Amino acid sequence: MEPIRTVTSIVAPLDRVNVDTDQIIPKQFLKRIERTGYGDFLFYDWRANAAGVADPGFVLNDPRYKGARILVAGKNFGCGASREHAAWALADYGFRVVIAPTFADIFFSNAGKNGIVLVRLSEEQVAELMHKASTKPNYQLTVSLEDLTVNDNDGFHAKFEVDAFRRYCLLEGLDDIGLTLRHEKALDTFEAKHNENFWLKAKVVQ
Amino acid sequence: MINGPKTLFEKIWQQHLVAEPEGEPSLLYIDLQLLHEVTSPQAFEGLRLAGRTVRNPNRCIATVDHNIPTTIEGRLNIVDQIAARQMSTLRQNCKDFGIELYDVDSPNQGIVHIIGPELGLTKPGMTIVCGDSHTSTHGAFGALAFGIGTSEVEHVLATQTLPQSRAKTFRIAVEGDLKPGVTAKDIVLAIIGKIGTDGATGCVIEFAGSAIRSLSMEGRMTVCNMSIEAGARAGLIAPDEKTFAYLKGRRFSPTGAAWEAAVAEWKKLPTDEGAKFDRELTIDAATLEPYVSWGTSPGMVAPITAAVPNPADAPNEIERKSLEKALEYMDLKAGTKLDAIEIDRVFIGSCTNGRIEDLRAAARIARGYKVSTRVSAMVVPGSQAVKSQAENEGLDKIFIAAGFEWREPGCSMCLAMNPDILAPGERCASTSNRNFEGRQGRGGRTHLVSPEMAAAAAIAGHFVDTRNWPVRNEAAKENA
Repeated sequence: MEPIRTVTSIVAPLDRVNVDTDQIIPKQFLKRIERTGYGDFLFYDWRANAAGVADPGFVLNDPRYKGARILVAGKNFGCGASREHAAWALADYGFRVVIAPTFADIFFSNAGKNGIVLVRLSEEQVAELMHKASTKPNYQLTVSLEDLTVNDNDGFHAKFEVDAFRRYCLLEGLDDIGLTLRHEKALDTFEAKHNENFWLKAKVVQ
Repeated sequence: MINGPKTLFEKIWQQHLVAEPEGEPSLLYIDLQLLHEVTSPQAFEGLRLAGRTVRNPNRCIATVDHNIPTTIEGRLNIVDQIAARQMSTLRQNCKDFGIELYDVDSPNQGIVHIIGPELGLTKPGMTIVCGDSHTSTHGAFGALAFGIGTSEVEHVLATQTLPQSRAKTFRIAVEGDLKPGVTAKDIVLAIIGKIGTDGATGCVIEFAGSAIRSLSMEGRMTVCNMSIEAGARAGLIAPDEKTFAYLKGRRFSPTGAAWEAAVAEWKKLPTDEGAKFDRELTIDAATLEPYVSWGTSPGMVAPITAAVPNPADAPNEIERKSLEKALEYMDLKAGTKLDAIEIDRVFIGSCTNGRIEDLRAAARIARGYKVSTRVSAMVVPGSQAVKSQAENEGLDKIFIAAGFEWREPGCSMCLAMNPDILAPGERCASTSNRNFEGRQGRGGRTHLVSPEMAAAAAIAGHFVDTRNWPVRNEAAKENA
């Protein structure tokens, strides 16, 4: 995982609440066995109609937002299916930050493992960013994971919170399995004892 | 460490804590991982790239369900080569890493959340994960079960653990008697409608109360299955005599003295008297009716006696816009009575409502009737075992006589990753769990309902209140 510290970028406004992972990456793209190459299919059903013609009204088709690495969206972003493909698609497309009032739990975890910073701001702050990103040409934000701040050049300053451990992993680009294996000895001891609890075993050996 | 009276969740949590590193998430031991073809290939690839192996293959089980076609011909000759590659990849991965796979030709094949309980793999007090959000289903047995992403699938394969921050606890008590014709599905749709699709974010819900206790294990699984649609990490129901009766004699259940010892352990699990929850909500079962979803999120539901809501009545601008978008997608007008909505397709199945009791309930409604000429309807049993049982009871004959298609087990039209898919604009009464835009096929319109409501809609051609449904017995059928 790439370490991430500060992102300065134009901001793509996705003015919808409850954006579910079926919209972020529709199921027809879940049949691949690779981890990469999902960016082209991000928000596929919103980007183009059934005949494949691009919808010029959709934010990612708007040339003003080309190259955006920051996405602003409504509450409960990432709800629904557990598919990590949603995080892969956002990252592969180039997004490094999503700002919203709230995020769904499984998506929250998946994003963190793929170098995407999720920033929770208040409904009012998100509404302000949504408005500015929609109306001001070339509107940019700087999101700093080191200072836990979101700033623009137009008087917007916000602090956000990230779980300290999550922040450390993102800043350092750490691999979760490697971190867990620091506890391998404790795990061996625990498992040996836990295995005696046969009533918690999936396949009880008779 | 939690002192004093504990909730069911806290007991399971504590029993699985491997390490509690300072300033980091706790490391939780995972008793069982369920695997399927869609969310596992990249996890196995990751293991290989890192030179790691599966720590405990005996705590893993795999099956094919998401992609698999539900017709015999479709299964013999899988046209979708990308789907076929995903299934053959799972086969190879299970072989390489020594994991038991219930493949397409196995009598144990089925939707992963249906086969876990029916094989007795799922047990009270366990921690269970799967790369599928509906893993919450297994919570019906008092197991802490939750959906995870593919990186976490890899993590559990490699370490049999998962770093987790502790969830908040949320007790939802449904008290009193359900009215006749009101089902488990209606309970959970009502709860999601009430608290919203983010109403339980960060929480593990414990469903309690007399109406929950009165449900069968199948009904409890339906309720826990849709916990995720309220944003919950997991749903739980305390194990009781019904739980033990369900598990006794299953393939992977303990027997003899071990059975008695296991039951004694499981009986320690229910929430202690006086234990504190972070949040609590009580719902009066008598107020519930059969529900129908009208929008593009599982929280957009209303009783069958109601009408499509008016965006103008929304409490704020954000809600109003969300409602307008939903009605536009669903091609519905505000004020339309729900029982006036005509449908084109019916899907009875899925990990929400693809169990034997669901099929019995649908068959009771369908018996002696014919599916409307405007409707194409299908019944997809959740597993090979459900299918055989239904056929032994003659349910397949009732459905086929009524004009339903009788299919092979799989996820089918719940998520349309296989040939079962809605055409653009088609409107479906579905017993599945998600009515998101395009969930059952691009441009398709999904209405979530119980199996009874779906069967009645298939026959009437529009939604009907099943509480007024004239059930026909065999004699009446001959005169129909």
